[in-house]
Amino acid sequence: MALQVINSPFNQEQVELLNQLLPILTETQQIWLGGYLSASQSTTHSVASGGVAVLEAPATQLEVSSKEVTILYGSQTGNGQALAEKLTKNLRAEEYLVSLSSMNEFKPNALKKIDNLLLIVSTHGEGDPPDNALPFYEFLTSKRAPKLENLQFSVLSLGDSSYEFFCQTGKQFDDRLLELGAKQLSLRVDCDLDYDESAAEWFTNVLAKLNEQQGSSSITVQQPGNKVIEEQLEYSRTNPFKAEILENLNLNGRGSNKETRHLELSLEGSNLEFEPGDSLGIYPENNTELVDALIAEMSWNPSEAVKVNKQGELKPLREALISNFEITVLTKPLLQKAAQFTANNELKALLEPESEQECRNYLYGRDLLDLVRDFAPWEVSVSDFVAILRKIPARLYSIASSSKANPDEVHLTIGTVRYEAHGRDRVGVCSDECAVRAQPGDYLPVYVQRNSNFKLPADPNTPLIMIGPGTGIAPFRSFLEEREEIGAEGKTWLFFGDQHFVTDFLYQVEWQQWLKEGVLTRMDVAFSRDTKDKVYVQHRMIENSQAIFKWLEEGAVLYVCGDEKHMAADVHATLEKILEEEGEMSSKEASDYLADMQQQKRYQRDVY
Amino acid sequence: MMKKIILPPQPGTPSDVERIKSESNYLRGSLKETLEYPISSGIPDDDNRLMKHHGSYLQDDRDLRNERQRQKLEPAYQFMVRVRAPGGVATSAQWLAMDGVANKFGNGTLKLTTRQAFQMHGILKWNMKENVQEINAALMDTLAACGDVNRNVMCNPNPYQSEIHAEVYGWAQKLSDYLSPRTNAYHEIWLDGEKVVDSQETDEETEPLYGALYLPRKFKIGVAVPPNNDVDVFSQDLGLIAILEEGKLVGFNIAVGGGMGMTHGDTKTYPQLARVIGFCTPDQIVEVAEKIITIQRDYGNRSVRKYARFKYTIDARGLDWIVKELNERLGWELEIERDYHFEHNGDRYGWVEGSDGNWHFTLFIQNGRVQDLDDYPLMTGLREIAKIHTGDFRLSPNQNLIISNVSSQNKQKIVELIEQHGLTDGQHHSALRRSSMACVAFPTCGLAMAEAERYLPSLLDKMELILDEAGLREKEIIIRISGCPNGCSRPSLGEIAFIGKAPGKYNMYLGAGFVGDRLNKLYRENIGEEEILALLKPLFFQYAKERQEGEHFGDFVIRAGHVKAVQSGLDFHD
Repeated sequence: MALQVINSPFNQEQVELLNQLLPILTETQQIWLGGYLSASQSTTHSVASGGVAVLEAPATQLEVSSKEVTILYGSQTGNGQALAEKLTKNLRAEEYLVSLSSMNEFKPNALKKIDNLLLIVSTHGEGDPPDNALPFYEFLTSKRAPKLENLQFSVLSLGDSSYEFFCQTGKQFDDRLLELGAKQLSLRVDCDLDYDESAAEWFTNVLAKLNEQQGSSSITVQQPGNKVIEEQLEYSRTNPFKAEILENLNLNGRGSNKETRHLELSLEGSNLEFEPGDSLGIYPENNTELVDALIAEMSWNPSEAVKVNKQGELKPLREALISNFEITVLTKPLLQKAAQFTANNELKALLEPESEQECRNYLYGRDLLDLVRDFAPWEVSVSDFVAILRKIPARLYSIASSSKANPDEVHLTIGTVRYEAHGRDRVGVCSDECAVRAQPGDYLPVYVQRNSNFKLPADPNTPLIMIGPGTGIAPFRSFLEEREEIGAEGKTWLFFGDQHFVTDFLYQVEWQQWLKEGVLTRMDVAFSRDTKDKVYVQHRMIENSQAIFKWLEEGAVLYVCGDEKHMAADVHATLEKILEEEGEMSSKEASDYLADMQQQKRYQRDVY
Repeated sequence: MMKKIILPPQPGTPSDVERIKSESNYLRGSLKETLEYPISSGIPDDDNRLMKHHGSYLQDDRDLRNERQRQKLEPAYQFMVRVRAPGGVATSAQWLAMDGVANKFGNGTLKLTTRQAFQMHGILKWNMKENVQEINAALMDTLAACGDVNRNVMCNPNPYQSEIHAEVYGWAQKLSDYLSPRTNAYHEIWLDGEKVVDSQETDEETEPLYGALYLPRKFKIGVAVPPNNDVDVFSQDLGLIAILEEGKLVGFNIAVGGGMGMTHGDTKTYPQLARVIGFCTPDQIVEVAEKIITIQRDYGNRSVRKYARFKYTIDARGLDWIVKELNERLGWELEIERDYHFEHNGDRYGWVEGSDGNWHFTLFIQNGRVQDLDDYPLMTGLREIAKIHTGDFRLSPNQNLIISNVSSQNKQKIVELIEQHGLTDGQHHSALRRSSMACVAFPTCGLAMAEAERYLPSLLDKMELILDEAGLREKEIIIRISGCPNGCSRPSLGEIAFIGKAPGKYNMYLGAGFVGDRLNKLYRENIGEEEILALLKPLFFQYAKERQEGEHFGDFVIRAGHVKAVQSGLDFHD
């Protein structure tokens, strides 16, 4: 595509010069130029005479082999765990810095940062990994597992040779790590039920190898690699990035009334950046069943070409109705425009000024299929009809992950909307797509929507109070991931609520882990349908009035995310009440206090 | 004066459970707090160890475990609650209370255990306290139903000899009461009892028998009344065999050191039968039990739990040692054992009349699971019976139920309710099925390696086809299945037995004695259903053809050379 004044920041003269130059550049030249321009932008001092950019190369490093060792165990009966603890003790005695955890407590994306990994894992049943090794096992054997060229490892596998698949899991880990480019520190040892001696032998080998590397103080000189200059494409709302779905699962356990999807999308190669508190926009597609019903109702030809934008781009009708037009929401202007195409007087009557309430009632919960069914007969061409439709809007979701913790990924928490109205089952366009249609390996068009009004405080020591029932929990997952990643020391307090403890405690094990590690200081939960009287987050706040007020006085930043109409309003009223009671304020003082907090960005909301 | 029970020093470091008990302040631990912790429906491991002594422990629905892990949810935690019923006796009101809590807090079923206790599953942490309080209101408790203490005392539910049952059962109850833990922790945690001030607590006042560390491991007592060995008296740590002379109870033979549990792959663990060491009169029985328990308390292995049962304590030192030690502690000597004779260890189904003119109906309950199925409203039927029944209910050691002490006036009404709900004495089932037992295993038992209760009925369906063909439908053969080698269904006493190794895979054992007097022997390792049936078919046919008059299957497979007879647990693995 040639540069023009209207599609670029250049003036006419620059455009002409560039258009002369750009088409004759080779690919390498183009890449070099891109790098040159961005390098000279970021390092003002590095442009040498002659206009040759000197890209800063990393300083040559002298690297002594790491004394850090990570030990992970997957253990069903506790033997593996006991061995791992023993090994930890032995290595610490040799002054190694050992980090020990079970596989399910280990965040697999940290693998890339590790130098030495020791795995102790047992095998169960018909060659199955132990329960607490399963997520790690699945991660490592999935295509998401990263290259691990810098990793040294060794595996101790436990098993029972009376089973067909003896030590299968250990073998699989061993093979897979090699496949990912990791190097064996020492050979895998497979242990039978009487594992003591073979395990001791493995301990000795591992320690000898580690010591050997320390002793030879293997000073390696790292060669500066060639800096790959990446193609700089700008993805945006108007140019969404096609993000691959890596994971799509239901967070609600069996028996729940709800369905909340956890989506993990790949942003690899997008250069999209985001911070905790930002949102991700998704362009959804309409449900094909609804589209087909609409086409059938109107006896349209699904392959007839229709215009999908002002530029005159053409698409077959069916495809256009799926990806370009909004068909699930009715608006009054749409009804007004549609009225010209039907002889049905009822529609016109509905649009009379005196029927305003009736019209509003009609619009609520109905879609285009209702409209065409209710007000036939239609006398209109396909192209004229689609011309009155709105473009399908993107849906925004609060991002549920930190890019520091999960580089090149973005996670979302999406509540599936399903309801019955006017005799038909209805679904939320995007949530339905994410729940039913979007499978790992599929792509979703996305962009990052910045939200500067929902940001972590700059000072990592600032206490946080986070109130996020239901899917309102999403940004707080990203907050805690971020805080964990940067090693923030500030206190954190999370309020969460939903219907049932057993099935609806979204991301439960993650909060438990963070509570254990201290990344999360306190957590209070309210499950409204587990008790006779419904309890909500605001009830838990009242129970903790004194402490909340104390935290606020200590400078805590308070965040609210989730339902606007009921929850956010109730929480706000509850905060006023707490201030009045604990801070002995008048109602005016309390609302001033909150306004003041808002002013200082200490009371931030992301509500919908 | 403070008096502390000082245990003799032992080699090896004490196991973690010993630490937990010692730090628990007589079974309190931090249970009060962790039961209220709102972020998890589970409790920490340490408290769960203590929880067992309160008759309950944390489990999770293993069918959902992996699915929920992926969903970032903790396991579907739930508590199993076991209610003690010495000798398996419960009143109608108590039956209704059990039925009530199982439906209100549990998963809507009751398990009648192989030790004559009630068990319910699926109780959420938040409901535990109310659950125990309702059980308490029915004058029952869960204390010591699990844990390192004396467990539910088993007793032959004998419906024939009414006076004998009353007398023997009375002794079983006395034992149960006397051997119960004394700590106030149970009242404090569950029944809002006043907390006793710590500093005043001493072993002497709090646990005069057990001390602060309780026993090294569980301890099991069962009382048999010959000719019926339904309690599997030789599987008990302490087995009591009632001796009747001229129709009167004169005392008990004392058998010690039985136990079923073992660990796959560790031949130092093995099932063992209790051995008779003497006789005592009824009034001496509590003292004898107490002294025997103190011996195990003082000498049982507190370092390695899998070697801690009483059988290992005895086998390491010899029977002579235990007799000597016991006589010393008693200050008198046991008499020489009396003659006795067992004929069977199963239940007699259907109606029988007791010597006092009351009637008893033994109901077949597959695997002891009381529940309503679409085509079999067992739980409802029993509830309706309990509403009008003036006698009692007795849980049999074979997981069946006796509707006991039905007066002749009431009998017709009970008969009608039995018929109305289609409740069965099992007569239309094969004798094999009527002689079967299964432990719970999946999905709730954390130890299970393979299915048991959920699998046995369908395995029996297939075996019955072979039995029909071989003409053995009415032949009683004891068959037992356990999901793991701990052996809750007493598998080592099955003429045919299966112990789980992995999903769908079992070790198969043959050759136990029909009256529970000989352990079985490993026949095949790690086999699945197809192999099981292929192996059993020729055995059944051979047995049908070649068995001698009155010869039981367990004896036949030994005579025919399929397995060696096991003389003692010590040669179980030979």
